[in-house]
Amino acid sequence: MKRAIVTVIGKDRVGIIYNVSKYLSEANINIMDISQTIQQDFFIMMMFVDLAAMTESFNEVSEKLKNLGDEMGLQIKIQREEIFNSMHRV
Amino acid sequence: MNNLEIIETIKMIQDQHLDIRTVTMGISLLDCADGDKKKALTKIYDKITRSAENLVKVGEDIEKEYCIPIINKRISVTPISLVAAASGENSYVDFAKTMDKAAIECGVNFIGGFSALVHKGCTQSDKVLISSIPEALACTERVCSSVNVATTKSGINMNAVRDMGEVIKKTAGLTADSGGFGCSKLVVFANVPEDNPFMAGAFHGVGEPERVINVGVSGPGTVKSAIEKVRGADFETLAETIKKTAFKITRMGQLVAKEASARLNVPFGIVDLSLAPTPAIGDSVAHILEEMGLEKTGAHGTTAALALLNDAVKKGGIMASSYVGGLSGAFIPVSEDAGMIDAVSCGALSIEKLEAMTCVCSVGLDMIVVPGDTDASTISAIIADEMAIGVINTKTTAVRVIPAPGKQVGEVVEFGGLLGSGPVMPVSKYDSSLFIKRGGRIPAPIHSLKN
Repeated sequence: MKRAIVTVIGKDRVGIIYNVSKYLSEANINIMDISQTIQQDFFIMMMFVDLAAMTESFNEVSEKLKNLGDEMGLQIKIQREEIFNSMHRV
Repeated sequence: MNNLEIIETIKMIQDQHLDIRTVTMGISLLDCADGDKKKALTKIYDKITRSAENLVKVGEDIEKEYCIPIINKRISVTPISLVAAASGENSYVDFAKTMDKAAIECGVNFIGGFSALVHKGCTQSDKVLISSIPEALACTERVCSSVNVATTKSGINMNAVRDMGEVIKKTAGLTADSGGFGCSKLVVFANVPEDNPFMAGAFHGVGEPERVINVGVSGPGTVKSAIEKVRGADFETLAETIKKTAFKITRMGQLVAKEASARLNVPFGIVDLSLAPTPAIGDSVAHILEEMGLEKTGAHGTTAALALLNDAVKKGGIMASSYVGGLSGAFIPVSEDAGMIDAVSCGALSIEKLEAMTCVCSVGLDMIVVPGDTDASTISAIIADEMAIGVINTKTTAVRVIPAPGKQVGEVVEFGGLLGSGPVMPVSKYDSSLFIKRGGRIPAPIHSLKN
């Protein structure tokens, strides 16, 4: 398991990128690509991350991101990239 | 990977109920046969619990890592009529109890395989199994039973059809306080597949390996959302849209199947392409048919709509998976589908129309509640009709009917959970008993002679 996609969706506020990337850095997860837009006050961010050197288990990371999202009123998910590849690439 | 694709996947899972309906581990119990019943029961329990000890955990890990729900983890085993034959017992209820105990220990919600294959005739052991079904289903929680009474190759075993009418009535009687719930765990088949991951008809066929992982996907809600976007377009556009969606849904199944197979170190068997509804809003096959332009499921045009849906799902799915099997077709269980329940309640959908629909999809008359005073011979006749459709059309068909004790047309029986609730449907009031009484076999059709 090497790479995953983090999606953050919710109402825009100050500090979303800061808080998410702060946690990822603590878990030693490298961000390889970020794209972020605001659509009608709605914050949407995708992060393509490398999990090769992460210091926590996938379950912990997923749980902590979810909790961080709950605190900030956002929905944060981390999913292994294969699910997107298999669905959209032949 | 582009953002729109990522959002699409997340929406399919979150808003449109896309999920993996079941990861089912098939386990061969052929090596558990023993002349001493106690020894056989111990071997069965040990083999099931040893083989499937990590099944639920692995399923849950995969759910977390991909954020895709896997609703059920299940087990199917070799038909018990084969495994228990050597014991020489005259009741197999203890075998069912052992299966139940093993299922509870493994944490799976159903275990299938309290089954017999009697399409050409019954062995002594098949007879014992069939007569044990009512009590076995009444005194266990998770055991599912199936009996194959017909194949295209060998015709219809009408003695077994007659007996199954009686067995269904008895099963309903023994589970009367739950509306005849036992019958929801019992299926009568024609041309049963040996690798079906869906309950209640799953068992592990004798041509299967020691252990195998089969996966059933689901996604009626996803298909419905996709075709909402092409409202009013012609049938080519409709069929293409369904195909593309089915492809994406099946890829999820293939991914999960491969992943589960690798982690459990059990070979991957098949992905079953069936669209399986649940009673949840937005997870209905009937609503797909209505989205195509029918006011209610059951209106004229329903059979054509279902034929298109079933075919497009297969065409989309076949390229997405390396091995397709099981039932692979849209399911139309009445009690498990909010749209079907509505259609029956308002009088749009009858058993006769459902029977026509089973000619063009899997599986058959599924989760249909009929009045509790329906004769056993009438139930046998319903089974015979459905078996004939399967045998003549070289396809799987099945009957899962519930003659709910004490209930009349107009009442509703609640089963709860994935099994939903069923409005009691009227059956023909004319008698079929002399036909059923004849006994013997209906010969195989001419097109079975392909050699």
